[in-house]
Amino acid sequence: MAAVQDAVDIRNVTKRFGSFTALDGVSLTIADNEFFTLLGPSGCGKTTLLRMIAGFEEITQGEIRLFGDPIAGRDPNHRPVNTVFQHYALFPHMTVRDNVAFGLKMQGMDAAGRRARAERMLEMVHLSAFADRMPAQLSGGQQQRVALARALAPGPRVLLLDEPLSALDLKLRQAMRVELKQLQEETGITFIFVTHDQEEALTMSDRIAVMSAGQVQQIGTAREIYEAPVNRFVADFIGETNLIEVDVTRVADGMAEVVLPGGHRLTCPSASSTGGRHALSIRPERLSVVAEGADLEAVVDRVVYLGTDLQLMARLEGGAEFHVRLQNSARTAVPEPGARIGLKVEEGAARLLAD
Amino acid sequence: MAGPGASGGGGGGGWRPMLVPLLLPTWLTIGIFLVLPVALMAVYSFLTKEFRGGVIWEFTLAAYDQFFVNRGLFGDEPPTIEWTYIAIFWRSIWQAGLATLFCLLVGFPTAWFIATRPASQRGVWLFLITIPYWVNLLIRTVSLKFLIRDNGPLNEGLMALGVLDAPVTLINTNLAVQLGLFYSYLPFMVLPIYAAVERYNFALSEAAADLYASRWVTLREIVIPVVRPGIVAGCILVFVPSLGAFLAPDLLGGAKTFMIGSLIEEQFKGSLGNWPFGAAASMILMTLVLAALLVYARSAAQGAGPGAAR
Repeated sequence: MAAVQDAVDIRNVTKRFGSFTALDGVSLTIADNEFFTLLGPSGCGKTTLLRMIAGFEEITQGEIRLFGDPIAGRDPNHRPVNTVFQHYALFPHMTVRDNVAFGLKMQGMDAAGRRARAERMLEMVHLSAFADRMPAQLSGGQQQRVALARALAPGPRVLLLDEPLSALDLKLRQAMRVELKQLQEETGITFIFVTHDQEEALTMSDRIAVMSAGQVQQIGTAREIYEAPVNRFVADFIGETNLIEVDVTRVADGMAEVVLPGGHRLTCPSASSTGGRHALSIRPERLSVVAEGADLEAVVDRVVYLGTDLQLMARLEGGAEFHVRLQNSARTAVPEPGARIGLKVEEGAARLLAD
Repeated sequence: MAGPGASGGGGGGGWRPMLVPLLLPTWLTIGIFLVLPVALMAVYSFLTKEFRGGVIWEFTLAAYDQFFVNRGLFGDEPPTIEWTYIAIFWRSIWQAGLATLFCLLVGFPTAWFIATRPASQRGVWLFLITIPYWVNLLIRTVSLKFLIRDNGPLNEGLMALGVLDAPVTLINTNLAVQLGLFYSYLPFMVLPIYAAVERYNFALSEAAADLYASRWVTLREIVIPVVRPGIVAGCILVFVPSLGAFLAPDLLGGAKTFMIGSLIEEQFKGSLGNWPFGAAASMILMTLVLAALLVYARSAAQGAGPGAAR
């Protein structure tokens, strides 16, 4: 295969609003045809970054390239990207069809061509029957799909999605995740998706950039950032984890030997290359209750029933809180509150963090 | 569109006596301040005039006849169309339309400016807009007259600056009337447009830009249609009072700028008036305005329907 050009190349981009720094030296590249997610809590700068790609915010420092072209100074209407807005921003005085055809009209396509392409787009999002309605006559989910069709109609090379699912209810959100991913695969357009919802990010993305406080914390596939978080923030933000302070006795070749509370030693993958005291991340579902050969010992405080799972809320020696997830099955022996249990950490499941 | 019955207060057309005390204030207000005066005017327009003002209770169409039909000075010539009053009406509509246009051209950017300031500053700007209106309209109009007269501050100032060699006569011209109407009614344009722009979702402009629309196209295709109710309200609020205005044309204009408002006013002033004729002219004016608004409302209702969009 020929070398694939990057769709978006963000180089050391900084954005300041007055004295507030929204983005602090962010660099990342997004490949063509990639479903790339910017994930982080509100205020982390993810939406600002998206708006800079779209052209709604100016770049304070650094450079953004779209398919190799620097885009600074180009107005939004001169960038080959389209946006699905958080609250859709459908034109309230136009029919669904006219909304979808608006970008085509601006590109100078003739009326017949516009109409045909708008019909095709509406078909793609299963809204053909609603072409003559006004946006206010549609449900939230339908409006969302109109926004999607409108942004896709002009055939952008990059589609920007700003928390497009946040206003929908859970069932619809789950269905739309699958639809969005399918759509991205079918159209082959690069999607840049902004969300604070980690489940959304994990289910759809080819790669995810986890952001916090204006900086990229980690970039990787869903599996990488979940299973090999580099720092406390990523480990804590993605999924649920137990963070315990441990002493490192030996580090070599990306592995570390640590002393767990209770005195047992454990060898685990490490994101840190220094000794001393560090945080160890252990996912609650990567533990099992064992009678012998336990790595950790804990006292059960409560057992919470979650349907598919049971959550044990326990305390380690020294009082640190520790969660364990057990699958809800007839074979699972459920400890009583107050019981003292031994826990075995799955091979390679514990991970020493850099900070 | 839903039928008129759809919005009934759950009564389904059924009569509920307990609603009477609740509706009474509304009925009284509309009855005393709308129905009664209009009915009085309608009745007076069909009565016979008394020479020293007032009416004689004898039914006649004389007032309308005088308005539309020319029978010569002594009333013995074959009837032709009387153009005098129609011309005054036409001039008034033209003047009011022009004033509305000027108010719109200045009012829209003003309203836009205020609505896009930070929320904490908007109040101050609106306050500044309304300050002149704490002074009585008559006094403001007279002041304007002093400002623009041949040896007033405007002309003297421009001559002192060397812009003018000789004073430009503004007083008693259409331009002066325009200025008076513009100045009198500008806030009625600014305020409704401000209210509409303040509610405008600026993400729509971003969406348009994102879909390759330039700023002008965004203004024409998105902003103006979305804030149109505010624009329409502003235009009605300026056009209707401008049409019936008499202070500005009286004080700033002359015989050539005579407007309907002045015509009607004269019929009720002193002993030279003609009450039935004034009432008839008012009825004709009101009918015209109502008809124009109805035509507009109908076309707007069609324009908003799904069938009209291309």
